[in-house]
Amino acid sequence: MSTRPMDTSPMNTWPIGAEGDTPNPDGGLTPSQTVGPFFGYALPFAGGPDLVPPHTPGAIRVHGTVYDGAGVPVPDAVVEIWQADATGRIPRAPGSFARDGVTFTGWGRAAVDRLGRYAFSTVRPGAPGADANPYLAMSVFARGMLRRVVTRVYFPEDDRHADPLFALVPASRHETLIAVREESGSYRFDVHIQGEQETVFLAV
Amino acid sequence: MTTPHDRIDGRPDRRASGAEPEPGVRPAPEPPRRLPEFDFAAYRSTELRSPRQPLVIPPSGATEPTGPVFGVADVHPLDADLTAQHVGEPLGERIVVGGRVLDESGRPLRGQLVELWQANAAGRYPHKADRHPAPLDPNFTGAGRCLTDEEGRYRFVTIKPGAYPWGNHHNAWRPAHIHFSLFGTAFTQRLVTQMYFPGDPLFAYDPIFNSVRDERARRRMIAGFDMDTTVSEWALGYRWDIVLGGASATPTEDR
Ligand SMILES: [Fe+3]
Repeated sequence: MSTRPMDTSPMNTWPIGAEGDTPNPDGGLTPSQTVGPFFGYALPFAGGPDLVPPHTPGAIRVHGTVYDGAGVPVPDAVVEIWQADATGRIPRAPGSFARDGVTFTGWGRAAVDRLGRYAFSTVRPGAPGADANPYLAMSVFARGMLRRVVTRVYFPEDDRHADPLFALVPASRHETLIAVREESGSYRFDVHIQGEQETVFLAV
Repeated sequence: MTTPHDRIDGRPDRRASGAEPEPGVRPAPEPPRRLPEFDFAAYRSTELRSPRQPLVIPPSGATEPTGPVFGVADVHPLDADLTAQHVGEPLGERIVVGGRVLDESGRPLRGQLVELWQANAAGRYPHKADRHPAPLDPNFTGAGRCLTDEEGRYRFVTIKPGAYPWGNHHNAWRPAHIHFSLFGTAFTQRLVTQMYFPGDPLFAYDPIFNSVRDERARRRMIAGFDMDTTVSEWALGYRWDIVLGGASATPTEDR
């Protein structure tokens, strides 16, 4: 008696991958799959979390913890951010992996540590438009996540009513989109994949 | 096209029966279709790692329709040959994996960063947490990068990865697969996925592969054996085209 049908029964019975199969026969979108647990030797890279070198004048630290639906830190997640530069301009320069220490590419990647924590060094972005607040676009990938989740990190100094996203979200969930300024000057932005404090995630 | 999925995993569809929206909150339009769903009970780790609230379609902004740009400074030509990263040759079956990166209209995505990582021929990752008692290969790390060419083509030389067991359920084995990471020209196109090999007997049993409930979509994750990619006297070739969705309707000034 098994409660795990996966053990014995095929989940599908159609023939697949026969000789002569063509790759992506219908030209449709390639589905997402989990990043798995073993990306740590492949995705993180030196300088990945540092969009600007730490201690650069004007640099800010954005950090936080990724939590699962039980409130337990997720130790096998990777967080990426994409943002405008300090003037609100969208960067078009390559070099995120090269990280020459001068070019601002607007993109960063940070694997979380064993306690689910990530940290970026970056600049506070300028507003991307007249009627929108500055924000960081953020993706989180993890083992157990078949797709990434996408959110925005807003800053607590800005008036949330000025940004149209907040009108689309119940007020009770607004806080999940706003970083908390700490005494040290760092911004803390925790990601709750699920649960009471579930972060607002975006359909993109 | 977007027929509701069968709930073969036996979990109630929380999205459909979700909480009533609070007063004053505008009803959400239909979000873009993305596969698979977040939660799939047969893949047990999704239970606590899948959002339960409806996703919110963001107002159009300047950030999401754009994305990072990568260039020749970011990638070394040798990064595309996973068999040439160490002093000796790795063990296993040398293969060539190549194909094109396309957008939804079938247009090639040029100069695109493609990242890939995988287990070695024995099914082992060089990762501290990988406890599978299979040998590490001192001549194989299993991570590579390249940029697509003018026609959106990428090409890697690597070793065919082995299947490996995982703790999801009794006698759970992952089909041989290669992890891929792609960017597209917009943040909305970002994709992390896995490529599978044709004819794998484990397909029917793998919850991660089967989390994609649509058969045609599942097939898109399987490479084709390809004689044109195969190199005589040297390596079998597999061809896998990757299609990224979510591009902005407005063309980018990419060059
Ligand atoms: Fe894997």
